[in-house]
Amino acid sequence: MTGAEITSLAAEPMLPVPYLVAGRAAETHDCVTLRLAPARDSLPPFQPGQFTMLAVPGVGEVAISISGDPAAQDGTLTHTIRAVGAVSTALHNAALGTPLGVRGPFGTTWDLASAAGRDLVIVAGGVGLAPLRPVMLGALADRGSYRRVCLIAGARTPAEFLFRSELAAWSRRADIEVELTIDQPAAGWDGQVGFVTEPLARLPVDPARTTAFLCGPELMMRFAAQALLRKGILAGDIRVSLERNMQCGIGLCGHCQFGPILVCQDGPVVSYALAGPLLTIREL
Amino acid sequence: MTEPEDAGPAVFGLDGLDRLVAVLIGEGYRVIGPTVRDSAIVLDELDSAARLPAGLGVETGPGYYRLQRRQDDAVFAHSAGPGSWKQFLHPPRRHLWSAGPDGEFRPVPPGSPRYAFLGVRGCDLAATGILGRVLGGGPQRDGAFERIRQSLFIIAANCTEPGGVCFCASMGTGPAAGPGYDLALTERIDDSGHWFIAETGTPEGARVLAEVPHRSAAAAEVQSAQAEVSAAAQRMGREMPPVDLPALIRDSRESPHWADVASRCLACANCTMVCPTCFCTTTEDVSDLTGDHAERWQRWASCFELDFSYIHGGSVRQSGASRYRQWFSHKLGTWHDQFGSSGCVGCGRCIAWCPVGIDITAEASRLVELADLAQEAETRREDD
Amino acid sequence: MTEHGAQLAGSGIFSGLSAEELELVSTAARPVWFGAGQRLFLEGGPARGCWLIHDGCVALDLLVPGRGQVVVQTLGHGDVLGWSWLLPPYQWHFGAVALQPTTATELDTDLLRTLAEQDPRFGYTLTLSLFQACVQRLQATRARLLDLYRSPHDRR
Repeated sequence: MTGAEITSLAAEPMLPVPYLVAGRAAETHDCVTLRLAPARDSLPPFQPGQFTMLAVPGVGEVAISISGDPAAQDGTLTHTIRAVGAVSTALHNAALGTPLGVRGPFGTTWDLASAAGRDLVIVAGGVGLAPLRPVMLGALADRGSYRRVCLIAGARTPAEFLFRSELAAWSRRADIEVELTIDQPAAGWDGQVGFVTEPLARLPVDPARTTAFLCGPELMMRFAAQALLRKGILAGDIRVSLERNMQCGIGLCGHCQFGPILVCQDGPVVSYALAGPLLTIREL
Repeated sequence: MTEPEDAGPAVFGLDGLDRLVAVLIGEGYRVIGPTVRDSAIVLDELDSAARLPAGLGVETGPGYYRLQRRQDDAVFAHSAGPGSWKQFLHPPRRHLWSAGPDGEFRPVPPGSPRYAFLGVRGCDLAATGILGRVLGGGPQRDGAFERIRQSLFIIAANCTEPGGVCFCASMGTGPAAGPGYDLALTERIDDSGHWFIAETGTPEGARVLAEVPHRSAAAAEVQSAQAEVSAAAQRMGREMPPVDLPALIRDSRESPHWADVASRCLACANCTMVCPTCFCTTTEDVSDLTGDHAERWQRWASCFELDFSYIHGGSVRQSGASRYRQWFSHKLGTWHDQFGSSGCVGCGRCIAWCPVGIDITAEASRLVELADLAQEAETRREDD
Repeated sequence: MTEHGAQLAGSGIFSGLSAEELELVSTAARPVWFGAGQRLFLEGGPARGCWLIHDGCVALDLLVPGRGQVVVQTLGHGDVLGWSWLLPPYQWHFGAVALQPTTATELDTDLLRTLAEQDPRFGYTLTLSLFQACVQRLQATRARLLDLYRSPHDRR
């Protein structure tokens, strides 16, 4: 991208950059992973934890976390989208070649590098695994920089896990600890049955050397954080990914406020030391 | 014609005011100022100073605003009307981009109007500065807002006639206008006539003033004008309690007071519409029947809207109490965390235009009371 | 302290017991091992025995007519299996089967109940320990009931 192009993109932060759907893979009955390729100019590279604003012209725009490999240098963006509303459903159904608009990447990062030399405990609930996938990929790409890498992922049923073939591959590796657990009894599943906090409570940890990354429904992150705190892990060593209504993604529309935090700029990744007390306030 | 680099304040009469407006229009500015419409003093485009609301004042109170005939012909002797300058800086509706079947996103060409704001009071001038920090002071900036603000010519009006709902003095924004004006006028009507004492704030202000016939103000005139403005500070309708509001609000998140306000608040969003610093917006997407041509628009939003905080499945803030708490806490508390100052300038509009007369200063005072009571109860418990 | 006592002391569940109380409990303890697929007990059976799981995975299941044996919960390292021995009618409400090779400490609950009746203070502490495990299990179960991962379209 030329300097002039960068300036023009910065001058109009509400103007989407055209991308096309270059690949799609169904993850579950209502989730799909889209790979987007730039129609012309690429946006800047992303860091794990960040999101983009994806626009379907005429339908709307939503904030979606990036679920791709941070090391990929091909200019594409990967998002895993659950069809929950008008825009996400349109994205979920977008065929190959569909033109979309993208703005970003925005927001704070998981800051994996700051956890170098420590044990990583990654706790994902439901589609919360998507924003954490870049953390896993980043850790695996530089495995020697981290001590233990532990992933605990919960889903409603076996069929609702995202990235199932990747999870299976990670489960087979001797250098990662992977625990999968389902909420609802399911026939044909011989793995763990229980809420994601249960394998988490059982996990032996060294609190002084552990950094935890949590993503999922807000209540699940709170319960998981409480389980980690009970194990002696400091709130400042727990990071959560928050979610709020976003209209602009750039700190100008006011919708994503969470107390003093603007989730699009001070988040979505926030230290639990800051987020914890706020998360207990009803309807904040 | 007088020389540009005058040493001190200038004085001119009504004919000078006429000339000032004419000069600005002649230079291509759209002059916006107060004028009467629909039984209120609103802000609108003026084609001459004759449109100013001469001889009109206002009587204001919680949920109350009435025009009043004055004994004199003062043009600036009225406090904040329902509209604020934000409707020009940060329009209620804005077309952001268009998209065609080719997948291209086209920005809307900026139609940068050059505005001259005539009669900006201290509270509203501070509000303009606050909007500047919100929309133009962060890592991402609102380009359209910045373009308008860059070409803005501001003539402030030092206030000598505070209203019943005003509390700019306790918010530190008035009645004297703070820095940020090109020219500041203090209106004076006495035995010798109807005058405006003009102070220059910028070289552009000096240049425009040079086009208006005027004389240098005598020291006595300047002092007298300043005294009137200072006296106005003592005649405020109300005041915000002088406490650390952000800390009070942080400690009051679970206060029973929010339910009390909610029993009165209609969540009608009037306060956010008339507030000169409320800036929240929502985007809307429209397309034609073929679906080939789509547009994205931005419109004013309010945190009182039920779906303002909507995320998959429902809104985070559903109760009226939580939404009032959000508005109040943001305006007086977390605005400091986000933008480095209070969001409230003490103009009192939210009090006048609340249909049930909720007074933000009274609600703040009540929170102080409740906090003090809780503190006393705590102390008594410890003593036991 | 015996090896069992040390193991019990290290478990979160019995950490509230004093050293003497732990020794009492450890006299009722013995190490056990289950192979994958080995059933510990079936629902409806007489509830005797309590297991502190060290390693492996044990499933709690129930026969649901038309669905077969349904696993409602799995337990692992640090979990206590078996509470129904403490309360009448002293019958298992669910079955338990090892899903993986599992090591555990088995407690003689007849002895524990006798000790508890003789020493109410010990009984109280023992009950509180089990109650804590029960509360944690209940909270996790309630979290599952909330069905937090469901789609917003499921308006139940």
